[in-house]
Amino acid sequence: MSAATQTKYEVVIGLEVHAQLKTKTKIFCSCPVNFGNDPNMNACPVCLGMPGVLPVLNKQVVAYAIKTGLALGCQIAKRCKFDRKQYFYPDLPKNYQISQYDEPICLNGSLDINGKRIAIQRIHMEEDAGKLVHAGSDRLHGSDYSLVDYNRTGTPLIEIVSMPDMRSAEEAREYAQTLRGILRYLDVCDGNLEEGSMRCDVNLSLRPIGSTTFGTRTETKNVNSFKSLVRAVESEIERQSEILDSGGRIVQETRLFDENTGKTFSMRSKEEAHDYRYFPEPDLVPLEISQAWIKEIKETVPELPHEKKTRYQEEYGLSLDDTKVLIDDKNMAEFYEAVVRLGANAKKAANWLIGPITAYLKENKTDIIDCCMTPKQLVDLLKALENGIVNDNTAKAEILEEILVNGTEVEEIINKKGLSQITDESALKTIVKEIIEQNPEQLKQLKEGKEKVRGFFVGQAMKKTNGKASPAIVNKLIDEFLKSS
Amino acid sequence: MTNNIVEKSAREINKMFLNKEISAKEIVEAFYKKIKLAEPSISALNSLTEDLAFKQAEVLDKSISKGEKLSPIAGVPVIVKDVMCVKGYPATCSSKILESFIAPYESTATGKLWEAGAICLAKSNMDEFAMGSSTENSAFKKTKNPWNLNTVPGGSSGGSAASVAALEAPISLGTDTGGSVRQPAGFCGVVGLKPTYGRVSRFGLIAFASSLDQVGPFARNVYDTALVLQYISGYDPKDSTSLDIEVPDYTGKLNSDTIKGKKIGLVKELMGDGIDAEVRKSIEKSVQIFKDLGAEIVEVSLPNVKYAVPIYYIVATAEASSNLARYDGVKYGYRTGGAKEILPMYMSTRQEGFGQEVKRRIMLGTYALSSGYYDAYYKKAQQVRKLVTQDFLNSFEKVDLLISPTCPTTAFEFGAKVEDPLSMYLSDIATIPASLAGLPAISLPCGFDSKKLPIGLQIIAPALGEELLLDASYAFEGVCKFENKVPVLV
Repeated sequence: MSAATQTKYEVVIGLEVHAQLKTKTKIFCSCPVNFGNDPNMNACPVCLGMPGVLPVLNKQVVAYAIKTGLALGCQIAKRCKFDRKQYFYPDLPKNYQISQYDEPICLNGSLDINGKRIAIQRIHMEEDAGKLVHAGSDRLHGSDYSLVDYNRTGTPLIEIVSMPDMRSAEEAREYAQTLRGILRYLDVCDGNLEEGSMRCDVNLSLRPIGSTTFGTRTETKNVNSFKSLVRAVESEIERQSEILDSGGRIVQETRLFDENTGKTFSMRSKEEAHDYRYFPEPDLVPLEISQAWIKEIKETVPELPHEKKTRYQEEYGLSLDDTKVLIDDKNMAEFYEAVVRLGANAKKAANWLIGPITAYLKENKTDIIDCCMTPKQLVDLLKALENGIVNDNTAKAEILEEILVNGTEVEEIINKKGLSQITDESALKTIVKEIIEQNPEQLKQLKEGKEKVRGFFVGQAMKKTNGKASPAIVNKLIDEFLKSS
Repeated sequence: MTNNIVEKSAREINKMFLNKEISAKEIVEAFYKKIKLAEPSISALNSLTEDLAFKQAEVLDKSISKGEKLSPIAGVPVIVKDVMCVKGYPATCSSKILESFIAPYESTATGKLWEAGAICLAKSNMDEFAMGSSTENSAFKKTKNPWNLNTVPGGSSGGSAASVAALEAPISLGTDTGGSVRQPAGFCGVVGLKPTYGRVSRFGLIAFASSLDQVGPFARNVYDTALVLQYISGYDPKDSTSLDIEVPDYTGKLNSDTIKGKKIGLVKELMGDGIDAEVRKSIEKSVQIFKDLGAEIVEVSLPNVKYAVPIYYIVATAEASSNLARYDGVKYGYRTGGAKEILPMYMSTRQEGFGQEVKRRIMLGTYALSSGYYDAYYKKAQQVRKLVTQDFLNSFEKVDLLISPTCPTTAFEFGAKVEDPLSMYLSDIATIPASLAGLPAISLPCGFDSKKLPIGLQIIAPALGEELLLDASYAFEGVCKFENKVPVLV
């Protein structure tokens, strides 16, 4: 956003997030929910909407929607219903989508991002559509032919609708990322934007700073990453402010974000918008939700990222940045907590997880739970360090990977590879003496107070001992040598 | 012995079969023979399910030779309305758009019948997608009323009603949305029952109006009607709107004495203007029969019943416009030739695939649900629907059953109402109210008019009051003896 725009207009953003739920089966039939199968292999007469079939609600979908609602502080409806949202499109086999219109399952929640509260208007349940593959064009219109794959049809979705409370691309990204974190912690959604298991539609408008009424908004779809979200918001702000600056009016419409150009383009105007002709789904009975069920689900809501964030800082004394890295992945956070519970120093454990372990995971594109290392093994490694059995370099270079890859016990690695530190002073004394005698120039510098040179001597000692020399003892020996010479 | 098997009731056929007086194969052969004779006159059937019938018969004959215990419906042939799915056979809804559709699954109601040993003979003609009151809206053929081949059999289950009247089967299945079982039963002089909404699973019934559709039996007597109901009723996990309530013993408890001392309300609004004088007279005679049977008759008013037809044509068309959206040429059924883009493909497919009345109702329903009209039409209609239901609840505080004519007139001639949809819609004036309220209702033959056309008496019971409804019908039948009256096909 240019400086001029920044002082002239206020950006108003609301997000509609569709999250695919990780249920075993679809929302209205018993087809499995899994991806990557051959086209139309996960489809049955019910999700294909064939003549005479009827939907039967998957209770797990309701449980997940309630769980999400509870995590976002929503009111859970005692009674809600499904409605038909009607429009013709070949990826929608019944030509209506079973969704919730005026009685959603969750209402009035909120999400805090960096101290700011974003209100959540509602969460509702619905079924996903199939996918089209076009030949000769990237759209249905103008293609030579189009193929349809109904595997995704009937995959359960929840749509989480925020209020227009965000004021910048950064806030929108923060909101979406925080929401994804919660969905992952709840284990209800993969939260993968690239693969479409989480999809963000951006409602955006501008208004003169100080104005209390909203400007005309556009809705931008096809935002497939957090980076795209920021780009789409920025490009839409730029587009809208240019129109407003030149005295034009914003057209209420649905736009698509193009990742290649970084711009949004019009998909359909308000005039072309569908009249969805919502009406209550007569094939399903209204849903009654008991307090007992809500209570039961509430007990399954885990400690959420923002709660961990506060606790890690207060209880473990970690920095905000370190905390963020640890809680980003629920498995990492759980691993970390297990290590601390087993008696490791919270700070040191965090450093190892954030540093060398995260580096290894990233490099090998893997996850902490997919590695062979147990929390106990990390604790053993930290203890070996603390007790001076191995030094830091050895632990990183020789031991860590072996644990991560093979799950070998720390003691076994140390013994097998002979990695114990050399703490025998007399042996090290000979080595230190030799190094110092061979390097009179450096010795002179050290004596003149150039402490940096000390590192050179320690390094040389390590080199001669294959990294096994105890740095503490080497340092002590150097000091003694300086004093005595 | 097998010569007159087609004239027998389901109960008698079952008894003969269980007593090994006749084999299932012989039963099937006899009925197909009858069908071949009758069909040229009445055209009640869209397709025969011969492979299935003979296969089912073979299984039955094997079972009986092994001495296995078989059910009270074993060996009984059934004709099924072409709106219900029988696995592996066409389910056309008498529509061009589903002409090529072969059902890949079995509807729950028919599946239960086959499970119990009933035999599937054929799929019957109907008004396209069950929309109509004369079966003239079929895309394939005109079914004739066996009592007078110049008149309609009623509809939409005209084929199922006519086939039972013409002895093509002792029993058949129809579906009733606003009277589609009761009205043709009345026109064809057979018994037709619409159970309580939710009593019978709708799974496999191709939807017209989901909140109203209900499967119901046709038969030539009350026991056979109860017998079919016995087997098709019950909760189905595949239909969320089916009722999880135990099914009573309908046949075992049939009792003509229950009616003694019961109060029956004659619906004032359905005995006035617009009801044919001969029909009214016949109903009055029926009232006397009930009095003689020991029932007390009182006049009852259902003040909101006058709104029933307009409400129905909003609710039913709205649901239909949505339910029929899936027939778009993309996945199955008819697809237009030559369209190059999706929109023209959709439009031509539906233009060519649907008949006039179906298109009319899709338009009406789409309009009623459109933005800006929803509150005035659909929402208002649902509110008034509650008032109609309340009228029934109020009256059932005072009486045990309600009676009225099934239809304002007897069967009309072909073409008489095709050009005037409103007058066609009004022929369901007496049946629609119970549909809106989801109540069980039956049509019984109660006499003939001067043209020798059957007249139907409708009895309506409170929700899940099928037992009393059947008992009252059973008692009435005992006096009226309509079972013995069958048409002579010319």
